Amino acid sequence: MLKKLLAQTKGYRLYSLLSPLLILVEVIMEVNIPFIMADMVNKGILGGAGINYIVNTGLKMVIMALISLAAGAGAARFAAMAGMGFGANLRNAVFSKIQDFSFANIDRFSTPSLITRMTTDINTIQMGYTMVIRIVVRSPLMFGMAFYYAYKINSELATVFAIAAPFLLLLLAGIFSFAMPRFKKLMKKYDGLNASIQETLIGARVVKAFVRAIHEKDKFRISNDELKDASIAAEKFVILSGPFMQMTVYGCTIAILWFGSQLVISEKMELANLTAFITYINNILMSLMMISMILVMSTMARTSLNRVGEVLNEIPDINDSHADPSLLVENGDIDMEDVCFKYKKNGKKNVIDNINLHIKSGETVGIIGGTGSAKTTLVQMIPRLYDVTEGVVKVGGRPVADYTLKNLRDSVAMVLQVNLLFSGTIEDNLRWGNEKATQEEIENACKIAQAHDFITSFPDGYQTDLGQGGVNLSGGQKQRLCIARALLKSPKVLILDDSTSAVDTATDAKIREGFKSNHGDVTTLIVAQRISSVQHADKIIVLDDGKINAIGTHDELLATNEIYGEVYKSQQTGGIE
Amino acid sequence: MAKKAKKPPQGDGNKFQKPRNTKATFSRLLGYLGRSKFLLLLVFVFVAFSALAGIIGTSFIKKITDEILMPVIGQGITSELLAPLVKILISLAVIYVLGAISSYAYSRIMLQVAQRTLNIIRKDLFDHMMDLPIRFFDAHNHGELMSRYTNDADVLRECISQSIVQLVSSVVTVIGTLAMMIYFSPVLTLFVIAVLFLAFFIIKALGKQSAKYFRMQQQCVGDVNGYIEEYIEGLKVVKVFCHEDNAKKDFAVINGRLRHAATNANTYASILMPIMGNISYISYAAVATLGSLIIMTVPQGSFFSLTVGALFTFLIYTKQFFQPITQISQQFNNIIAALAGAERIFEVIDTPAEEDDGYVTLVNARKNAKGEIEECSERTGMWAWKHPHGDGTLTYTEWKGDVRFHDVTFSYDGKKTVLKNVSLYARPGEKIAFVGSTGAGKTTITNLINRFYDVDEGKITYDGINVKKIKKDALRRSMAMVLQDTHLFTGTVRDNIAYGKLDATDEEILAAAKLANADSFITRLPEGYNTMITGDGANLSQGQRQLLAIARAAVADPPVLILDEATSSIDTRTERLIEKGMDKLMEGRTVFVIAHRLSTVRNSNAIMVLENGEIIERGDHDDLIAQKGKYYQLYTGQFELD
Repeated sequence: MLKKLLAQTKGYRLYSLLSPLLILVEVIMEVNIPFIMADMVNKGILGGAGINYIVNTGLKMVIMALISLAAGAGAARFAAMAGMGFGANLRNAVFSKIQDFSFANIDRFSTPSLITRMTTDINTIQMGYTMVIRIVVRSPLMFGMAFYYAYKINSELATVFAIAAPFLLLLLAGIFSFAMPRFKKLMKKYDGLNASIQETLIGARVVKAFVRAIHEKDKFRISNDELKDASIAAEKFVILSGPFMQMTVYGCTIAILWFGSQLVISEKMELANLTAFITYINNILMSLMMISMILVMSTMARTSLNRVGEVLNEIPDINDSHADPSLLVENGDIDMEDVCFKYKKNGKKNVIDNINLHIKSGETVGIIGGTGSAKTTLVQMIPRLYDVTEGVVKVGGRPVADYTLKNLRDSVAMVLQVNLLFSGTIEDNLRWGNEKATQEEIENACKIAQAHDFITSFPDGYQTDLGQGGVNLSGGQKQRLCIARALLKSPKVLILDDSTSAVDTATDAKIREGFKSNHGDVTTLIVAQRISSVQHADKIIVLDDGKINAIGTHDELLATNEIYGEVYKSQQTGGIE
Repeated sequence: MAKKAKKPPQGDGNKFQKPRNTKATFSRLLGYLGRSKFLLLLVFVFVAFSALAGIIGTSFIKKITDEILMPVIGQGITSELLAPLVKILISLAVIYVLGAISSYAYSRIMLQVAQRTLNIIRKDLFDHMMDLPIRFFDAHNHGELMSRYTNDADVLRECISQSIVQLVSSVVTVIGTLAMMIYFSPVLTLFVIAVLFLAFFIIKALGKQSAKYFRMQQQCVGDVNGYIEEYIEGLKVVKVFCHEDNAKKDFAVINGRLRHAATNANTYASILMPIMGNISYISYAAVATLGSLIIMTVPQGSFFSLTVGALFTFLIYTKQFFQPITQISQQFNNIIAALAGAERIFEVIDTPAEEDDGYVTLVNARKNAKGEIEECSERTGMWAWKHPHGDGTLTYTEWKGDVRFHDVTFSYDGKKTVLKNVSLYARPGEKIAFVGSTGAGKTTITNLINRFYDVDEGKITYDGINVKKIKKDALRRSMAMVLQDTHLFTGTVRDNIAYGKLDATDEEILAAAKLANADSFITRLPEGYNTMITGDGANLSQGQRQLLAIARAAVADPPVLILDEATSSIDTRTERLIEKGMDKLMEGRTVFVIAHRLSTVRNSNAIMVLENGEIIERGDHDDLIAQKGKYYQLYTGQFELD
């Protein structure tokens, strides 16, 4: 999985390498400066090498600092380019991957989870990557070089670090092993509190209507206090790291002063080297602290890595692998042979159970049935939004998998239950059906869908912006736009999944008439709650619990089918829905 | 009503917003912190001590190199020579230990202070929010309100727990270091200060660029996140229209813009450290050269003179000096962000709470031997309005459930009139239905009855009492609502039903569930009535959620019932099944029904057809059919509702 993620550094690998390289330069300079300073003091001042030597050495130091500055700034820039570039690539890759998902893939992840993965998780990874480039190289380098120079100055004295470093590491490891589980608990509490606030926000009316403000306040007080306690319980370990670090630095300072002084007195080490040594204490221990922090952070980022990796690893389960690209849908015949379907492969019950169905090109077929009778599932298998578990679905006499998804879906238009329009103008949205449609074609489709009149009633007409702050469309208007959008595809098969539920019966009838006179050769499938939407169909399928209960015309079913009769009766007493 | 609020783009959109009224927000925040005055004082003391311990410790190093080591180099180690070294190291150790202890002490105390302050702010925010009128919730987008608890509170917590300590510590370090530097060498100090001015100039220039690109980045993050949300939520439509390639192409463009802005924002943010760090090295080198020159050229004892030890120490101070300056400049950004967050939190707390000037309450009552109404504590099935008068006397009026609108006019925004001169009456036990298209004012009527909103003109009376005189709690307790969008809370099924009556017994809950026809599906849930409901009932179907909402109203057992599209998500067959339960629930109560489906309202005592805020037809079903007006058209399906 890491391989897939790292593949997304493409185009930014040079920067990802340059940055640590420059950091290497920066660190070499940084570590050398105290070393040179010690030399300057020793030879120049104490050793009497003269002013020239001092000025020369000083200049050397300034130049080194300038090199270090340039390297540091360059490293920051390249790290930003690499990190943000990686992030952008990753976002593109994940977005493209999600675009290729089938409905089943989407269901497996759920929409909100996909959104979090694309936003929060990728952000975490992108920041993490930038940090890694800069610190993961910097800290061990700093640690190693400072240690090396300390060793070079005086190997005996360097033993102090050899003892202090593992000691500090152990302390930090101890702290984090105590803190981590408590932080996990804290995060849960935090999520819980946020979820409950959200609930009260959404349900504010219910809270008010039942006069439950005090109840909610009490509930909140408890979780709020719990959150406070959990925060303190977790963080009280983390705050130990500062003082521990300090203690170690201080301890090293005293030890070095004690042993170093003796070395200086007995002339085994130069005085200036003692000061340089003390500078290294900070370098060594700080980088150690950074390393441990990175380790902790990387365990946190791993969750995000996994979550994004899962998306990239998901194989879109509906693809063109068996398709013949040259094959086009010839006509609107639809055949289902022994079709069974379940959403989860290991699910017990078939959602669609052994359905056989033959629809001739140009026929209008109604599908009716109660909630949960799998009406939507059935029609979604025609444009291959889901693949059958068993059996075969044919369009135009060929199994749907023989066509490329593009060819199939261009010929099988479907208006979904959820009427989604995208930000942009009305025309932009309609053009989803056909990018090259002429104004006349667009208006024609809207006229059939009974949308033209209300569109032209808007001041901006077809150019009305549907985005935020744009016009508010009613449910019925949205549905009609969605129908027009589908009609623009000039499909061979048109599927309306409860697409006129918010349209009144009279308009509904006009739309159906429009289909008949303009698209008479198009096979039309109408999934509906309302009997009036299907009663004029060539045949009506009554679905019950994933099985075909009956097929027939309105009159036949009314006479013979119990379910159909019941639904009809329940709607006769109040004809609106 | 409740339109699905579009979530604002996530991210730190508000993090770089500037506060509008910095001073007021700041002093108010201080007020909250002031509750931990004593603890904060301790923190200051410990922070200062800890910072000073570091500075003093460094000055000890000078003493050791200068006064102890320099004179004795090459004399060989003797216990006599080591004695002063031991002494000074011991005092250094004491100072260091005290320093470390104080830094633990201030961290621990600050943790307490920060968590306590945040706890209080969150509580104030939530408590106040619960007291806000419905108008507030209708006008604000939930995501935006949530971000006060998440983004804003987080930034604030980070600032309180880190910035205060950092700032105090940095300022003490800068002042202390500066004092020490002046003490050791005023000349070299002057030089370092000159460098510092250069550094300030750079910080300012970088800050400006950084702020510019951060704003740009936030804008791009908003665009990208918005696009992601729209296209992932609408993914199924994208697939149906084979629009994937266009989506990918468009996304790549805005994603590229984000990359550009983010790269620059990130560069400027992280470039500060190497620049400042290396400026400190340059001044380190310069000070070393300059210092050495002084040592070599200026005779000891004169004003400018310098010792080797002093130079060493000064060099360490030079390095120390720039770190807190970088810190301060970074903390400054955090504080600005935190103040902006605090301001957004206070904005909610400052929104006026829902007013309630009512004084009439609803009490359980019974009739005494004389036939007078008497208050009692147990549930009798009889209620009375308790009406206190100015002279201290009380009168009781029997609750009947008679609701009347007298020429009510109302507008949500003061501009568009939603209800115009509406008059209507519901006599006790009657079922009144409202029919009309979206925006006709149906839901508004129910909003006014329980005073989610108050009428602009006219009045509403309840058993002859103006509803404005009734305490809102009493008024709302006397009526239960079942809303179009059912909202469930995290908890068990039982908890959710008991929301209508917190002390309901198991029998009452069971009875209510049976009444709503919810019992059968509940018992089929994995853990029956103890099944946990999470995420607003995401594990239940819309129909099941509505049944629970009906049960919740049933257990509340109120005299008045408001059903706002209560059965809209239940299919016609199931609706018939619960009809009996609903009938029983409505028995003996005054009921207001809003329905899309005419079968639901057919048997009402009176049906009001609303159009553009006015009642255009009224009467029972047969009357209205006979009138052959709008209702007839609706009923026969000749007209569009919505």
